[in-house]
This record gives sequence, C-alpha cells and structure tokens, in this order.
Amino acid sequence: MPDTFFYATEVMLNGLMAGVMYSLVALGFVLIFKASGIFNYAQGVLALFAALTLVGLQDGQIPFSHVINAIFGTDLHNFGWTLPAVVAIALTAVVMVGMAILIERYILKHLVNQEPIILFMATIGLAYFLEGLGDVMWGSDIKKLDVGLPQGISETIETATYNWFGYGFFIDKLDIVAALVAAALVIALTLFSQYTKYGRALRAVADDHQAALSVGISLRFIWVLVWSIAGFVALVAGIMWGSKSGVQFSLSLIALKALPVLMLGGFTSIPGAIVGGLIIGMGEKLFEFSIGPMIGGATENWFAYVLALLFLVFRPQGLFGEKIIERV
Amino acid sequence: MNMQNPDGYTTADGRQIGGVMMEMKNITLRFGGVAAITDISFDIREGEIRAIIGPNGAGKSSMLNVISGFYVPQEGEVWFRGAKRPPMKPYQVAGMGIARTFQNIALFEGMSVLDNIMTGRLTQMKSGLLAQAMWWGRAQAEETAHREKVEKVIDFLEIQHIRKTPVGRLPYGLKKRVELARALAAEPKLLLLDEPMAGMNVEEKEDMSRFILDVNDEFGTTIALIEHDMGVVMDLSDRVVVMDYGKKIGDGTPDEVRNNQAVIDAYLGVSHDE
Amino acid sequence: MFYREAGDYKTSYPEDSQTFPIKFDRIRYYAVLAVAFGIIPFFINDYWANAVFVPFLIYAIAAIGLNILVGYCGQVSLGTGGFMAVGAYAVYKLMTAFPEVSILIHVLLAGGITAGVGVIFGLPSLRIKGFYLAVATLAAQFFLVWLFNKVPWFYNYSASGQISAPERDILGVIITGPNTTAAAKYLFCALILLALAWLARNLTRGSVGRKWMAIRDMDIAAEIIGVNPLTAKLSAFAISSFFIGVAGALFFAVYLGAAEVGESFGIQKSFLILFMVIIGGLGSIFGSLAGAAFLVLLPVFLKNVLVGMLGWPTDLAAHIELLIIGGLIIVFLIAEPHGIAQLWRLAKEKLRLWPFPH
Repeated sequence: MPDTFFYATEVMLNGLMAGVMYSLVALGFVLIFKASGIFNYAQGVLALFAALTLVGLQDGQIPFSHVINAIFGTDLHNFGWTLPAVVAIALTAVVMVGMAILIERYILKHLVNQEPIILFMATIGLAYFLEGLGDVMWGSDIKKLDVGLPQGISETIETATYNWFGYGFFIDKLDIVAALVAAALVIALTLFSQYTKYGRALRAVADDHQAALSVGISLRFIWVLVWSIAGFVALVAGIMWGSKSGVQFSLSLIALKALPVLMLGGFTSIPGAIVGGLIIGMGEKLFEFSIGPMIGGATENWFAYVLALLFLVFRPQGLFGEKIIERV
Repeated sequence: MNMQNPDGYTTADGRQIGGVMMEMKNITLRFGGVAAITDISFDIREGEIRAIIGPNGAGKSSMLNVISGFYVPQEGEVWFRGAKRPPMKPYQVAGMGIARTFQNIALFEGMSVLDNIMTGRLTQMKSGLLAQAMWWGRAQAEETAHREKVEKVIDFLEIQHIRKTPVGRLPYGLKKRVELARALAAEPKLLLLDEPMAGMNVEEKEDMSRFILDVNDEFGTTIALIEHDMGVVMDLSDRVVVMDYGKKIGDGTPDEVRNNQAVIDAYLGVSHDE
Repeated sequence: MFYREAGDYKTSYPEDSQTFPIKFDRIRYYAVLAVAFGIIPFFINDYWANAVFVPFLIYAIAAIGLNILVGYCGQVSLGTGGFMAVGAYAVYKLMTAFPEVSILIHVLLAGGITAGVGVIFGLPSLRIKGFYLAVATLAAQFFLVWLFNKVPWFYNYSASGQISAPERDILGVIITGPNTTAAAKYLFCALILLALAWLARNLTRGSVGRKWMAIRDMDIAAEIIGVNPLTAKLSAFAISSFFIGVAGALFFAVYLGAAEVGESFGIQKSFLILFMVIIGGLGSIFGSLAGAAFLVLLPVFLKNVLVGMLGWPTDLAAHIELLIIGGLIIVFLIAEPHGIAQLWRLAKEKLRLWPFPH
C-alpha cells in the first residue's frame, strides 16, 4: 500500500515537472497577450522553430539545403563545422529578434485595429507559415538536440529518497533543470518589468494602450520588444522540450497544451501561467494513473482541454484573471 | 394641468398623457462596493416624453440599463403597467415592448441598413427554423409583411437612399438615425433613447428633435431619454428627472426643474462638466 | 454592358430579396448547374473524382457548416475534425446496424446526431467568448477523437480499429464501397451540396440569419434588442454541426471508404476547414465553396508542378504547401478579411460599371 502511495506521489512529481514545460510555453503567450491583446497561437511553433534553428546552427546545417538541392540537383547538407552550444544559442536568440521585427513589420502593423479574433486567426496562419518555413529551412526529420544539459534519472534523488522512505523516486535531471530555468526566467522577467525603463513601458502599454501612446511610448517598438522576449522564452522552451524528446513536429502540438494552461491561469497573469501549468501537468498524470486504465488510457490527449473547459464554464476569467464587467 | 392625477392630464400643446406606465421603486444598483444608483424612484406615464438629466457619471445610463434589464439592481422594484416585473433577461424585456438606442452607437456593423432595421422586428417574427430553411410560403410571407413595416419606418426617418448600404460605411449622424429606426421598427410601447443627439451639429439635432416629437405624436410612443443639451431637453420633454452622483435631486416639469436650487447647484458646482 | 441592374426593376419585396437580384447572375447560376449536373457526370473519371471533385464537394459542405458558426454567428470553433468524426462514426454504425435503410437517410441522421453533439459542446459558448471558446472547442476535438479511438463499440470491435464502408446503393446505383463509379460518387455529393447550400442560403437571409449576425456583430446589443443568445448560439451550433456531420459521413462513406479517426479527422482537418472559410470569405456561402475549391486545388497544383514537373521530393512540396497556406491566410486577413468572396464582389462591382466607369 505505501508503495502505491509513493508511486502516486512520484507520478504527481513527474506531472509537476511536465507542467513546468507547459508553463514555459504559456509564459510566452501571456507576455504577448498582456502587451498587445494578441492571442498568439504560434507560440508553440515559435518554440519548434527556435529549436530547429538551434540544432541547425549547432550542427552547421546549410539552411534551405533541401530546396537548393531540389532546384540545382546539388547534394549540399552541411557547412562542415559545428558551433559551441552557447554561440548557437546566442545566434538563435538573434534570429528570434529578427523574427520579431519581421512579424511586426509585415503582419502586426497591418492588423493594428482589427478585432482580436482576426489577430488570433492571423497567428494561426503564422503558425503554419513558420512550421513550413522551419521544415523547408532545416528539413523535417526528427533531430536530436543536445546543448549539454544533464540527462537521465537523478541518482542522487533516487538514493536519498530510497534511504528516507524506502522508495526511490525517479526524477529526470532535465526536469529539475527545466524547473530551475523556469523559476529563473520568471524572476528575470519580473525584475525586467519592475526595474528597467523598457519593462515599465511594457507594463504601461499593458495597462492602457492609449495612455501609453500619449506619453510617447512607441507601440511598434513595444511590440517588437515583447515578441522578441516571447521569442526568447520560446527558445528556452524549445531547448527544454527538444532536449527531452527530440526536435520534431509534435513539439508544436504539445505546445497546444499551453492553451488550457492559460484558460486555467488567466491570460494576463504570469503566476497564473506557472500555476496553471503545474495543475494541468499534475492533473493529467494523476488522472491517467488513476482513471486512465479503466477507460482505455491515453487520457492525456484530452484531459487538459476538458478540465479547462469545465473550469471556464464556472469561472470564465481563469484563476488569476480579472473579472470582466460588461458595459453598453 | 394636474400632474398628480392618476388618470393622466393634457399638456399645454394638447397631447393626452395617460396613467403610469412604468414605475421605478427605490432602485439601488452597486458594482462591487460602488453605488451607481442609490434609492431612486420615479415613474413614466403613458404617452409622455420623460427626460433623465444629470452631470457625467450621475448614473443615467445605468438607470436606462436597469429599465432594459441589462443591469439587475440589488434593491428596488420595477413596475410595468400595474404589475411588478419579475427578474428578466434583456431579450425578455425587449419582448415586452421596450426598445432602445445606445450612447455609443451599437449597430451591427457587418450588416446592411435594411438588415439592421429588420433586426428590430425579430421579437415579433415567429416562423420556425425548418420553415425558414425551406423558405416555405409562410416564412416568405412573414418576411414580406415585416419588410413592409420596416419600409414605413425607413420612409418616416427619410433613409430610403441608404437602405442597402453596409452600416460600417455610414457617417455618424446617419448611424444615429438608423439606430433609432431599428428601435422604432420594434413598434415599442416604451422607447429609451440614450443621448440621441450626442455629437451632432445643430441641424442634425433639429432633425432628431423633430423625429422624436413625431414618433411621440404619430404613434403615441412613450419616450424616456437621456440628453445633455439642456435646450433640447427643456423643449422636448414633459417631465424631467435630475440625477447627481446616483441620487435623484429633482423631478418635475422643465420649469420646476430649472428653478430647483439643488439642480442649479449640481450644474453650476465645481468639477462637473457642461 | 450586359451586367446591369439598371432597368431590372423590382416590384415586390420577395423579388428584392432573392438570391441573385441581377439577371446575369441568375443566368450564370443556371449555367453552372447545367455544367455540374449535365456535363461533368458524363466525363468524370476516377482521378478527377478522387483528387478534385469529390473532396471539393464534401469540404464545401463542411465549410458552409463552419461558416454558419464562425462567419455568421461569430463563434470560432476548432472542433470541426471531431464533429466530422461524429458524422463518420454515426453513419458507420447506422449503415452496419440497419443495412436495409437507405444510405441517404443514414447520412442525414448522421448529420442530426452530430447536431446533437454540437449543441452539447456549444453550451460553453453561453458563458465564454472569442478565442476562449475556440480553445474550449479543442476539448471537443481531442475528446471525440480519443473516444472513437478507444471505445471499440464505435468501430464494431474490428481488429484494425478502422471503420470501412459496406456497399450500399440508392435505386440500384452503388453509392458506397469499392465498386462505386466516379460519376455516382460525384452526383450523390453534388446533390447533397446543392440541397444544403440552398438551405444555408435560406437560413442566412431570414430572421435566424439576422439573429446570428446580430450576435456576431455585437452580442450585448443583440440581447438588448430582443435576441435570445441561448437559442441563437445553440441553433448556430446545431445547424453548423449538422452540415459538418453530413460532410464527415460522406467523407468516410463515399470518399475514403475506410477511415482511422486520428488520421482522417485530426486537428489538422479542423484547421484546414477553418482556413477554407477564412480564405473563401467569412459570412458568405459562395465564399465557402470558393475556399474549399482553392484549398483542394492548391495541393493538387503544387504536387503537379513541384513533384510532377520539377521532380522535387514530395515532403518538400508538402512543406512548401504549409508555407503558402500560412502566408495566404495572413495576406487575406490583412488585405481582404472577407476573402475570395469579397474579391469576387469587387470584381463584379467593376464589371457593373464597365465600360463607362464614371
């Protein structure tokens, strides 16, 4: 009996760790939503794109080599060098900033006064575009991403827990790193928005677009800034997910899970994104563990969405979102 | 004239005003801890033009929202034609024959002028989903019958030329008129107008005043309106309620209200507009 | 010159509110029908039926359905794939349980069952709006796919987990199963599309359509002028799901013949049909047809050009397709949120004045 209890606890802990991953993607959503009111469906694909680019740069892949080969009948693949992880990450971050600039210039600028739902659908288009672009640039085969993060089960924890409880907990080292990185990211973002000029500008825009404009904050700059930060967050999420399960298309689908996370946590709350992610991660693992076997398993496919749906019906603004008062 | 007479009275220009149509009894409305309306009572009589005035933030629009069922007051009762109104959804209130316009125009921007005005008839269109899907005789006959009524309103408000124009393309003044047309198409017993002349120039205001008086005169529609232009209010209305900070500070004929000290203070006092 | 409304006077309100008020449009409409039913069936072969016409007809039905919900009523749904699956599995269960009943009735019943499921998943729309609702419909998508995958009763306990359509006929003409001719598939789907498009047109021009559009344009104002949001939204969900269910039933029974739920009715299908609606034109029946035609033809075209003519690998062509579709969605939303249908209207506007634009 105690073993079942410990096993359940272990399932829960692993769920929490998976939840951290969801939170990482959700974080990018919240940033963009707060600053621009855009529900960025493409956040997950941004993470995929960042991970693809990172692997490509690290391995010295030639971008668009598939297209070049198809057109000219060549057989290009690699430049023949590899880059250190740090350099590749830095370069990918630069690519993500460039992406933010392009997105602002060619999409957002033209959709400024459109309804939120139109912007939402535009980001679905963006998601398809980026997915296609990522595949065309780097190829669609599953890639291994290794930036030197620790892998495998943490023996320290296993031994320690075995000594304490007589039951060794299996916790992935990478999950622990992910949790630490997520915490660091949240702290960094908080410090940034509290103590830097641009961070304050960002908060001002989030509070009131018009007022921010009238004191001379450039909305276009803010959008580039926030999409750059979201791109950076996507990069971090991409590294974590990619290290865990390889860089592949399914990454952008896993990122869909960030949506129910947001519905739980509220679209405007950074703590909400974190807590929502943890609840979803933990909830789906526990549900699969306890109820799953009775109804055929694979309940992770829908649990998060159905939970969020039920939750929304009873508390439409999420756990941490502000109550909406309707007016005419 | 005797305004206390329960059976009504005759105005100076010879219009018949009936008994009480709608009565608000001790209405209090709060948002969270903030009171928007505090303990307000007043009535609207059959056939009269009743104005609600007051400085910005006095709670006038909230009062209109209470009447149309959009806000539910925490305290107080709404009586309509001698019966207490049970808690109702806004669409049910509309079904009772109460139509309205909005302070910030609330037209359906994706639809044509004609379709917008036709939505005013929705509460009275009864043909079912299946009949409409098949476009059977009954559905088509109903559509035509209602279209005829709508065309009368279009003629009345002189907007024939923009019938098929998408509402989004219209200038502000015409939008206001289309919104009035949509409300009139419902053939309401009580018509609520929230600042029908806001943002209009003198000429447009004159047109709108004429339409309001004509509606009241020709169809006998009872009208309750919020307006900022004092000249217009005093000219149009039979009786005036004055609100300030969510409380009623005056109620009576335009002349009575004009000479009421509390009203004068509210309007001349500091930190109020107009 | 020939495209004129001047001189084409309307003397009654029904005449004024007909579908094609301009005479030339009416003539062209009958011409299209004549080609669709009088010529194509005699020349169609398996390649054209399977690659172009049948998928177009079926997607068009689904796109009209989704357009009713998104374009007319303003409720965004990402659950289309799941609802198509309901139609497919419903028709499969009906076909195998009641072999003696006509397939046409089964298809319509499948639509009806999907309508019921749609109403259930539409209930949250009474509390939540916009993209919140869009995400909520993902719950329908993932849950339904999982359900049909995991509960063996739905696929009659077949070993492969697949469903496959038995042979059924109408008046002796085989409609489903491997022995169906291209012309039979085509005509069956075309007739259903014609009937449903006509229904959709009637609904959207009458009071139901106005209720939907009022909710779409400003839900609060709609309620205050007398639209019951409950019946308006749920009727949109019901009608929309009916169309999508019929499309799902045809997609499985007539087009695919055999289906596996995750593959045929996954989230990608939901997006594909949403894109048809956006590219074709939100709030337009004609647009739904145009969008479906466009997104059915685009891959065929790309495949023929890139793979067939240039000899590029198939997966690269597929990626380029993603790139183009995504780009087009953005371009359309920026340049013409009303899609191909609006471009068509603008072109007609020009034509109406030609050759004397001033």
